[in-house]
Amino acid sequence: MNKKSYSYEFVKGIWEINPIFKQILGMCPTLAVTVSVINGIAMALATTFVLVFSSFLISLIRKLIPNQVRIAAYIIIIASFVTITDLVMKAKFPEMSKSLGPFIPLIVVNCIILGRAEAFASKNNILKSLLDALGNGLGFLIGLILISSIRELLGSSSILGFKVLPNSFDPLIVMILPAGAFITFGLLMGFFNSLSLRKKESEKEKLIKKYSDKLIKSSNELVEN
Amino acid sequence: MELFIIFFSAALINNFVLSYFLGICPFIGVSNKTSSALSMGMATTFVMVITSIVSWLLWNLILVPFHIEYLQIPSFILVIASLVQFVEMVIKKVSQPLYRALGIFLPLITTNCAILGLALLASMRNYSLIESLVFGFGAGVGFTLALFIMSGIREELELTDVPLPFRGAPITLITAGLLALAFMGFAGMI
Repeated sequence: MNKKSYSYEFVKGIWEINPIFKQILGMCPTLAVTVSVINGIAMALATTFVLVFSSFLISLIRKLIPNQVRIAAYIIIIASFVTITDLVMKAKFPEMSKSLGPFIPLIVVNCIILGRAEAFASKNNILKSLLDALGNGLGFLIGLILISSIRELLGSSSILGFKVLPNSFDPLIVMILPAGAFITFGLLMGFFNSLSLRKKESEKEKLIKKYSDKLIKSSNELVEN
Repeated sequence: MELFIIFFSAALINNFVLSYFLGICPFIGVSNKTSSALSMGMATTFVMVITSIVSWLLWNLILVPFHIEYLQIPSFILVIASLVQFVEMVIKKVSQPLYRALGIFLPLITTNCAILGLALLASMRNYSLIESLVFGFGAGVGFTLALFIMSGIREELELTDVPLPFRGAPITLITAGLLALAFMGFAGMI
């Protein structure tokens, strides 16, 4: 691939390597906090904050960290930013912090952050790492909004707390229970897999058609000659 | 009686995997085979029990008396990481067969959010030492149970004709959803 430009580093996180649907990282918060859209958004913003700042710092000091202790160093950096997030959330948004429970401190062990630190920020310059972190955070946000809006719409017939569906619609209680999270996520992932499979298939067909056309043309020319 | 309630609620009713969504990564990743699922579950239970003791001591004897509660997250994660390393060394020294059985699963446990979640939940709920020990053991048993059941189902799934886009993680998640529904039946126990 030749388009390793700066804009590509940002855009790839949204679809091509979407942390939720493609890399399958950070499943625990994805499943746990998506009961309502507002929780999903808060979680994604907190994660993005930690992701961006830890990527920035790790990329900044990537040449100073000895290779043997890099994982420990990354974890300490990430843990400090998570502590900042946790304390700010507790001070400014106490209700949100209560409803997310232990999942804000648990951002520390969210594989997305350590994964991006290890796979990207430790090898690339600061600007690229920042764009990569922002892109991945945005992809995470989109995924969480998608799952949480499906669950909130069907489970409590509202979106962001506003009632959307009429009263005649019976809310599917299962969607706001843990089981609903697993099933929604599984179905969505299957749907996205089938989309990318279909895309691959059509590209293959196009390629085959292109070459078979060429072959027919050349054989026709041969016959004519 | 109180201890029984803590044990059963951690193991069955509020199962760590199926109702708190902690430790999903190993749950999806290591549930291919029953034998490896069992080893992973045992290793995790072992680390959970030790973590619940050590994190209780750290929280109640060091962090709270010195008013440095804000260091909870970094200190817990450091303690867990070094604990896992230590446990690995001890097992290697004491029992070679056990080391070979748990082997590669031990380092994986550090990044298992169930361990850190356990330590955080226990300190949030102000458990006593015995209570958090029982809580840790119950959580480990629940984790092992969920992993073991899941791996049994997945071994059967290998033989079925799953639609291509749903192979791998998606069908596992949907199965886990059905399993979570089944585990909700335990809610009436207490």
